Amino acid sequence: MNFAWHLLNGSKLSRRSASSACRRSFTSQRVMMSRHINAKRIAGLDKNVWVAFTSVAADPSIVNLGQGYPDIPPPSYVKEALAKAASVDRMNQYTRGFGHPSLVKALSQVYGKVCGRQIDPFKDILVTVGGYGSLFSTMQALVEEGDEKPGKIPTSSTDWYLDPDELSRKFNSRTKAIIINTPNNPIGKVFTKDELQVIADLCIKHDTLCFSDEVYEWLVYKGHQHVKIATLPGMWDRTITIGSAGKTFSVTGWKLGWSIGPEHLIKHLQTVMQNSLYTCPTPLQEAVAQGFLLNYEMMGRPECYFSALAEELEGKRDRLAAILLEAGMTPVVPEGGYFMLVDVTPLGQDLSLMAEDEAYDYKFVKWMIKEKKLAAIPVTAFVGEDSTKHFEKYIRLCFIKQDSTLEAAGNILRNWRRV
Amino acid sequence: MGIIRNLSANLTVIRQSLFKNHQKTIIMSRKVHASRTEGVDKNVWVEFTQLAADYKAVNLGQGFPDFSPPEFIREAFCDALKGGPAMHQYTRAFGHPPLVKILAKFFSRIVGHEIDPLEDILVTVGAYQALFCAFQALIDEEDEVIIVEPFFDCYQPMVVMAGGKPVYIPLRPREGRAVLSSGDWVLSPEELASKVTPRTKAIVINTPNNPLGKVYKLEELQMIADLCIKHDLVCFSDEVYEWLTYDGAKHVKIASLPGMWERTITIGSAGKSFSATGWKVGWAIGSRDVIKHLKIIHQNSIYHCATAAQEAVARGFEREYEVFGAPDSYFQQLPAMLHNKRQKLATCLQSVGLNPIMPEGGYFMIADISSVKVDLNDESNKDESRDFRFVKWLIKEKGLATIPVSAFYSPEHGKEFDKYIRFCFVKEDSTLKAAEDILKKWSQRE
Repeated sequence: MNFAWHLLNGSKLSRRSASSACRRSFTSQRVMMSRHINAKRIAGLDKNVWVAFTSVAADPSIVNLGQGYPDIPPPSYVKEALAKAASVDRMNQYTRGFGHPSLVKALSQVYGKVCGRQIDPFKDILVTVGGYGSLFSTMQALVEEGDEKPGKIPTSSTDWYLDPDELSRKFNSRTKAIIINTPNNPIGKVFTKDELQVIADLCIKHDTLCFSDEVYEWLVYKGHQHVKIATLPGMWDRTITIGSAGKTFSVTGWKLGWSIGPEHLIKHLQTVMQNSLYTCPTPLQEAVAQGFLLNYEMMGRPECYFSALAEELEGKRDRLAAILLEAGMTPVVPEGGYFMLVDVTPLGQDLSLMAEDEAYDYKFVKWMIKEKKLAAIPVTAFVGEDSTKHFEKYIRLCFIKQDSTLEAAGNILRNWRRV
Repeated sequence: MGIIRNLSANLTVIRQSLFKNHQKTIIMSRKVHASRTEGVDKNVWVEFTQLAADYKAVNLGQGFPDFSPPEFIREAFCDALKGGPAMHQYTRAFGHPPLVKILAKFFSRIVGHEIDPLEDILVTVGAYQALFCAFQALIDEEDEVIIVEPFFDCYQPMVVMAGGKPVYIPLRPREGRAVLSSGDWVLSPEELASKVTPRTKAIVINTPNNPLGKVYKLEELQMIADLCIKHDLVCFSDEVYEWLTYDGAKHVKIASLPGMWERTITIGSAGKSFSATGWKVGWAIGSRDVIKHLKIIHQNSIYHCATAAQEAVARGFEREYEVFGAPDSYFQQLPAMLHNKRQKLATCLQSVGLNPIMPEGGYFMIADISSVKVDLNDESNKDESRDFRFVKWLIKEKGLATIPVSAFYSPEHGKEFDKYIRFCFVKEDSTLKAAEDILKKWSQRE
């Protein structure tokens, strides 16, 4: 996370000089809040691509393939489970801070089966406000100021793979953790077992932690399989695996997620939780628990929501890919997740009149929202500054949308050159 | 998102805190946790709620109602759930538009300042997260934060996690007369002024107060405000119990005093306002120049709050706006209902020789246990303070759960106040009756 990362590398030197500046201003000024008010840890963190782009796309006349949330409804049984939970008195009051008992038990059952190991519901799991909250708790709990993570690891633009040698060069004895995201947002890559093994070997060799963001874990398409790095030998004890109810059950607005890992790591995330927001909403946790219990029985069968949703999305993936091909572009067809990257160079859009000093994709998306009423997300938001040149012709499109939304996008792209 | 961008950020030199053992394969031989989690891992709630559950105690400990939220708010939630797909997807990160609009409207007329819904309000996961955002956004390494004791226990670890230094000042019972009410516990203006140093950044107040129940009077808030203005301090005002005042006590918002809007963060709670603590919807309201910093913490920590719960709270406030001040208003009915429960509990405690301090507001009542003669010789906790040991004894031996009041004090002042325990009276009459039965039975045996 921007914030946690900044916290770690944040200017120790500048802090000291700022506080003496504060002392000087203290005596001379009585104007309200004359002193520099905010803590150093947030300096430079105000920009946020989501805050910038989601408000723009909130206009209902815009075809929104930007922010990653479904416009398809969630399964009715989760909504019903929520209504039912809210009707029980006790469910409207505080529950257990680290996770509602019925939810952590359901998670331990489902993931125990997936991982092939016993997961203690009370010690090995923390429920958080979305996958986002899990990432935050993990960083705050386990990453010290000055700790290293391997720097940006560039991928080949054609094949989207990690170069094992380059990765290996980024690790050293001071490396604290590596963050991986599989299936990946925005590319949609699903790391293979061999690729994860390369990472695992490095983690074990250098005694490094692994934070594995697996919020799209169920959304994997034919020919690919989601592998949990925590299940590789030697990895359970050093991995935090992050999941999301919002992505699992198409209820992003419920904002529930979880971190699963060994007690000796999870206990530190629990410390962060008890000092930041203490507990997550009760009725929502109860409803997610019910959703998991229902699907647990059906796991591996086509009627299980996890399989059914993946199948539905594969169709939408293929439809969007076809639309982009028809429009003369070459999409990067994802192996998992619900995003697709596409290079917009074939559209030949001249943006030289746009004065802002921004990467091409930022300008392109802003222009497209305004002029074509189609929203996407610029991909350079996801990469380091040195990689901007490689990615600035790409935009990210979200396809967990109604067929009508995808068709509307298709119309806009097909008629691009028409004024 | 920003993660990958920041993976490319400075690979700075590390502090050498690790060693590698080449003889054995040890998993994670180095220290794994971040320093910021040191010293903040203990938590009185985790410990005592577990104990209460283990012993199936009558629970007057943790502060939540055991009755249901009002009908209209439960209906609002059900309606929200039926409100179409958007209700189940992300809403605006800083607060669901209908909620921030009604909060702005509702509180503008109370504070006497035009509140901008988009700029001056941040919706959070409970007031707890609003506090977290405030401390993280505004408190730096070496900043001092004045905390008035007794304090809701999270303020201290939050200051510590932000790198700040808590400076404590206790409310003290007035000398020379019987101390029967929370109104008799006061701050010494001289003592408070002496706590301010060039490093002081903020002061935290909680009114109505947990656990004492004190409702700060206008003059008392003015004294604090004068100090804030004189020394350019920020004021964090935790007002989650703002509707719960008794015997004519009036809740005053420090942000409404001259010169205070610009420097105050006022924190509120839907959970406490609507008796729905499990919904975890809260807010921070203040000047945009201050709130903007809290938004940055929020967008980099949890980013959004649950949509449907915010929609329901919005509808709850819209309803309350229309009936504000009228007998129909839940914000009138709840304190009226609690007024009676407060009386019942006080009477019961007095009858068994526990001396309650009558709270002017809030959910809680503290009682003096000095006159209780009980053998607390339990080897396992003999190093703990008297109130901690007494509360554990009361749970295990009598099946009644409360909370020790020294948990709400700094280590330096805890000893002065370890003769008090805290009861929550926001409970069904049957729960209060069960507690009463336990206490009566116990006192009859003595």
